[in-house]
Amino acid sequence: MATLAVRRAPLGGFSFENCKRNSILESEANKVGFSVPTARKTGTTICGVVFKDGIVLGADTRATEGMVVADKNCSKIHYISPNIYCCGAGTAADTEMTTQIISSNLELHALSTGRQPRVATANRMLKQMLFRYQGYIGAALVLGGVDCNGPHLYSIYPHGSTDKLPYVTMGSGSLAAMAVFEDRYKTGMEEEEAKQLVRDAIAAGIFNDLGSGSNIDLCVITKGNVDYIRPHDEANKKGVRTGDYRYKRGTTAVLSKVVNPLDLELLEETVQTMDTS
Amino acid sequence: MYSVPVAGLCPQGSYGIQDSLRSGFTSVKNELLPSHPLELSEKNFVLNQDKMNFSTLRNIQGLHAPLKLQMEYRAARQIQRLPFLQSSNLALDTLRGSDDTIGFEDILGDPAQSEMMGEPHMMVEYKLGLL
Repeated sequence: MATLAVRRAPLGGFSFENCKRNSILESEANKVGFSVPTARKTGTTICGVVFKDGIVLGADTRATEGMVVADKNCSKIHYISPNIYCCGAGTAADTEMTTQIISSNLELHALSTGRQPRVATANRMLKQMLFRYQGYIGAALVLGGVDCNGPHLYSIYPHGSTDKLPYVTMGSGSLAAMAVFEDRYKTGMEEEEAKQLVRDAIAAGIFNDLGSGSNIDLCVITKGNVDYIRPHDEANKKGVRTGDYRYKRGTTAVLSKVVNPLDLELLEETVQTMDTS
Repeated sequence: MYSVPVAGLCPQGSYGIQDSLRSGFTSVKNELLPSHPLELSEKNFVLNQDKMNFSTLRNIQGLHAPLKLQMEYRAARQIQRLPFLQSSNLALDTLRGSDDTIGFEDILGDPAQSEMMGEPHMMVEYKLGLL
């Protein structure tokens, strides 16, 4: 083992050491009938639209793992910079890590230039990184934001191609959402109209695509202000139980009652928040 | 400027034959095909990027610009700790401009936290050419 490290300086980044072993294991497992566990995808509907003063981004909140819902309320609109947000479809871990890396890079870049970052910069960083990994990083993104040149909206595919458009949809429910956009999009919409349009597009994806579901998240970005509305609309509500198996008070007769109060004093109160992101 | 090996997985001993003492037994399948399509391109990514940048610089500013920069790279590359210790390569990073960027090479497989360490005596002897 020591001989391995004599010549080669260890590099960081992806390590391909186990690839051969994994492919052998996979073929052996397939022979016996097992299948290798799949990565968690988001199987999503995400979309974005440019309106008069800025951008509205929308996303559903279901994450699937094969045929099972892995997360009923995951957050697919990721923060990139105070004026730029990014929705992610595809493999959940890939979108999460990619957007976090680009967010850090953009912050360093903004500190180095001393200016507010532009959406085109984030777009270029993302496309160069995704192209470098030739589509093996499964992240399909909708990037939107408002910078000094106005509102911009980009869609970025896993292999690194990008499109700059006034309205974009991505994910497994993209066709349903795009149908709504193609019918009702107009240039120069007002904010409420744009929010309603995005909400309807995501709802179309939720109701017509198995991979999308649960709630609708919206993010409205205008010059100097970001409204992260989570959830904007609960399209899929879980039902409420109509019956109850508990007995009402007074079902059993009370014969006698003894009350012993416990004298406790409150020493310390802490609040530990759960990570519901 | 280090040249990028053509068949990236060819044996790396001297004279191009397998160095069994250092890298273990050889197998034709390991040499011919990479285990992942990205393996070769990732191994040579920094080298290729540098080459591309130098050639653009040569086209824009003339021959002396990349020549001078390569001299600085060579000097920066020599600032290292002992062979078995991890060096931060700060000067090299600054020259390359990667001191204010973050990528997967900084997050995954951090060499400072690797579980294997080179045998110190062997590595120093190799560096001094005694091995």
